[in-house]
Amino acid sequence: MTSVTMTVNGKSVSGDVEGRTLLVDFLRNDLRLTGTHVGCDTSQCGACVVHVNGEAVKACAMFAAEADGADVATIEGQANADGSLSVIQQAFQDHHGLQCGFCTPGMVMSAAALLKDNPKPTEGEIREYLEGNICRCTGYHNIVKAIMAASGQDVAAIAAE
Amino acid sequence: MPKDSGIGASTKRREDLRFLTGAGNYTDDINIHGQAHVHFLRADVAHATINGIDLADAEKMPGVLRIFTGADFEPVGGLPCGWQVTDKHGEPMQEPKHPIIAHGKIRHVGEIVAAVVAESLAQARDAAEVIGLNLTELPAVVDMKTAVADGTTKVHDDLTSNLCYDWGFVEENKDAVDEAIKNAAHVTTLELVNNRLVANPMEPRVAVGEYSRSDDMHTLHTTSQNPHVIRLLMGAFVLGIPEHKLRVVAPDVGGGFGTKIFHYAEEAFCTFAAKAVNRPVKWTSTRSEAFMSDAHGRDHVTKIELAMDADNNFTAIRTETYANMGAYLSTFAPSVPTWLHGTLMAGNYKTPLIYVNVKAVFTNTVPVDAYRGAGRPEATFQLERVIDMAARERGVDPIALRRQNFVTEFPYATPVAVEYDTGDYEATMAKLEEIADMGGFAARRAESEKNGKLRGLGVNCYIEACGIAPSNLVGQLGARAGLYDAATVRVNATGSISVMVGAHSHGQGHETSFPQVISEMIGIPEDQIDIVHGDTSKIPFGMGTYGSRSLAVCGSAMVRAAEKVINKAKKIAAHLLEASDADIELKDGQFSVAGTDKSVAWGDVTLAAYVPHNYPLEDIEPGLEETAFYDPANFTYPAGAYACEVEVDPDTGKVTIERFSAADDFGNIINPMIVSGQVHGGIAQGIGQALLENCAYDENGQLLSASYMDYTMPRADDLPFYSVDHSCQTPCTHNPLGVKGCGEAGAIGSPPSVVNAVIDALQSGGKNVAHIDMPLTPSRVWNAMNNA
Repeated sequence: MTSVTMTVNGKSVSGDVEGRTLLVDFLRNDLRLTGTHVGCDTSQCGACVVHVNGEAVKACAMFAAEADGADVATIEGQANADGSLSVIQQAFQDHHGLQCGFCTPGMVMSAAALLKDNPKPTEGEIREYLEGNICRCTGYHNIVKAIMAASGQDVAAIAAE
Repeated sequence: MPKDSGIGASTKRREDLRFLTGAGNYTDDINIHGQAHVHFLRADVAHATINGIDLADAEKMPGVLRIFTGADFEPVGGLPCGWQVTDKHGEPMQEPKHPIIAHGKIRHVGEIVAAVVAESLAQARDAAEVIGLNLTELPAVVDMKTAVADGTTKVHDDLTSNLCYDWGFVEENKDAVDEAIKNAAHVTTLELVNNRLVANPMEPRVAVGEYSRSDDMHTLHTTSQNPHVIRLLMGAFVLGIPEHKLRVVAPDVGGGFGTKIFHYAEEAFCTFAAKAVNRPVKWTSTRSEAFMSDAHGRDHVTKIELAMDADNNFTAIRTETYANMGAYLSTFAPSVPTWLHGTLMAGNYKTPLIYVNVKAVFTNTVPVDAYRGAGRPEATFQLERVIDMAARERGVDPIALRRQNFVTEFPYATPVAVEYDTGDYEATMAKLEEIADMGGFAARRAESEKNGKLRGLGVNCYIEACGIAPSNLVGQLGARAGLYDAATVRVNATGSISVMVGAHSHGQGHETSFPQVISEMIGIPEDQIDIVHGDTSKIPFGMGTYGSRSLAVCGSAMVRAAEKVINKAKKIAAHLLEASDADIELKDGQFSVAGTDKSVAWGDVTLAAYVPHNYPLEDIEPGLEETAFYDPANFTYPAGAYACEVEVDPDTGKVTIERFSAADDFGNIINPMIVSGQVHGGIAQGIGQALLENCAYDENGQLLSASYMDYTMPRADDLPFYSVDHSCQTPCTHNPLGVKGCGEAGAIGSPPSVVNAVIDALQSGGKNVAHIDMPLTPSRVWNAMNNA
């Protein structure tokens, strides 16, 4: 067992992990932060995307031990301090960017990472960026629309409610 | 002016708040104190005799509590099949035993061979690695036509062959259909494959079994679309647990698409093992396990013939389909290629004579069952492809050919047993032409050609039958269950309402849309109404959510229960207002006496029901809670018209979707935002089937596509924005809301237009390609172009 300490959503946490323990398992099982999901075992679905030191990372593709000392952000820490939804979260609700909700935490975390680097992405840039996040419910229409809206773009012309 | 609440409002979804903040409660988020973990050792060969299983080393591994094999499940039942099809000779289908754990023989890759229960998942996995399997491999049966040839290895030794059933529909029409085809002016024939798919909800299946010795109570937490169905099947047929000692909970479920309807071995195992080891037992599927244990979808091989007279009127349709059942019969598998497929072969057209033959076949593959649309996409695909091909052969416009043959008068009795109550196929086609901007297609094609690309436009219509019913009819057709639903409307003393519904929401937004209906009926704010679902201990009963049935069937039960509540509340109001029941009106949450200014608020009446000091106790009971069961009189028949525009790169064969438009008629609509979202998702799955997705086996029964590395899921950059419209509304005539259902339409309606568009593109480039089987991958398209 290895002892790890990291900051998760602004709080210092620590625990003992096996070498093979993935970051996503540490978050879900040890810290009980179950908002980060596991949808595949080949690092492709993106349901487990979190931020590690400000970068979007698939938490199934990183050992917990590798995150020792890191600053980790998960979906549980995305809302505003008063509990209201962040701009991106609110846009997902306003534009029906989620259905079953399972891929949603990863989508929101990816969207946040995208908008940090590219504050006004085009439709094509958003679609390309989301290559690593699979959604089976929405057909992506309203996810792309929500991210465009969250970046301040006018989405009224995009068809449908 | 759009409404801001009630029926017809695009109310934002309340469930989003928990999903967006990581506060959802999915089954894998449930951890019970003292729980153990199970890892299933699964077969890595398709067909083998099990000579022996050596557990000695594995049982000594750290943390192992117990290892189970097929022998441990000898005393309990196998997984039951919920639908018995009768073949064309009047004989019942062949129905093999479906063990929880393979016993004696392995029949598909992924079948459970042993189950290791250990303190931790890692320990269970480690122990499974040292289990010794002594197997004798047998030849695998993979190809369906080979499977039913004489002398082929049998998947089940105790059956007479690999043929589950040979079904003819309508058998009495066969000779007349044969005659009409023989005498037709023109017959278009198409042979095609409807590719095998994997549903792939993003949440893999999970089961957590629990047993309480204090009250002999079993609880199963599971990723199910229909917890009562699981309780019934597992309790009555597998484990012999009476329903009052078995609770099944399906909390937040991360998508279903049909594959979470069925009762699976892992659910029965965890429930059984929890008692056997006296610990809660948890299983979480990996994605790789999901590919080899979730029921697959589609997998039909079909020949369809469309006969026309000299004026291009459809005169007859004859089809022959081989439908893959896989190695065992999954819960509703036999119904999919028959009653959910044959009954839809009329489509939107007045073809007078139809005969459908389906041969269901056992193979050494994962069981196949309903996947979004279930039988209806297969019917729609062959019909809408053969019509397009016929138009090309006859040199007529494919839309005009469809229009000419549309059913225009309702109700319409098809020659395949069903009767369409309402529809307006011309209206949805006209709407499609508008939203797809078909007038601008020629200019867009010219632009594509300037860029060295081929552009094609494909159109199709679809009809589906949703909310399968009534129960007495489906019973005659072989269903071993009723297909009603139930709801309880519980009004609390202060006027807020909890509605316990048998439908299950796993992305459909029932928690938002169902209260819109109650709010409209009573006139209180939506946030005063909550939906409770997914727990057999909390809701009266329910058949769950599939087949686009939730609103049409369970919503109707909810309306009936609410009507009972309102009728009783009016009696209470009449007493409080000293008026006659018949004079009481309810509007905007106020009961008033017609023609007077006397009124009493909803909350005062509900309070009176629970604090009955001034109350007609001699006439009515206190309290305000009513339950209704609703069994529909007929299916509902959503319909529509879809258009796809593609570009094909002639150098690579790569197809890109440039535009996709959908004009649907869902009858009345409760929440347009949610309806659009349902259509979007269905379209993406349909485009996925048409271009990307394929569940592939090799000739030895090895599953070649068992991860997202091999099975292409549609990504955001494979898809465009869609244009969807549901303003054409012909309300259903036989349910109280006039609703038809919208969950599957997108997946049913989209594959043919994609393929039609690609064929149109290739033909425009001078390539004489009549058909390409899905998925239309670059290599398939390129080969078709270059062999044309």
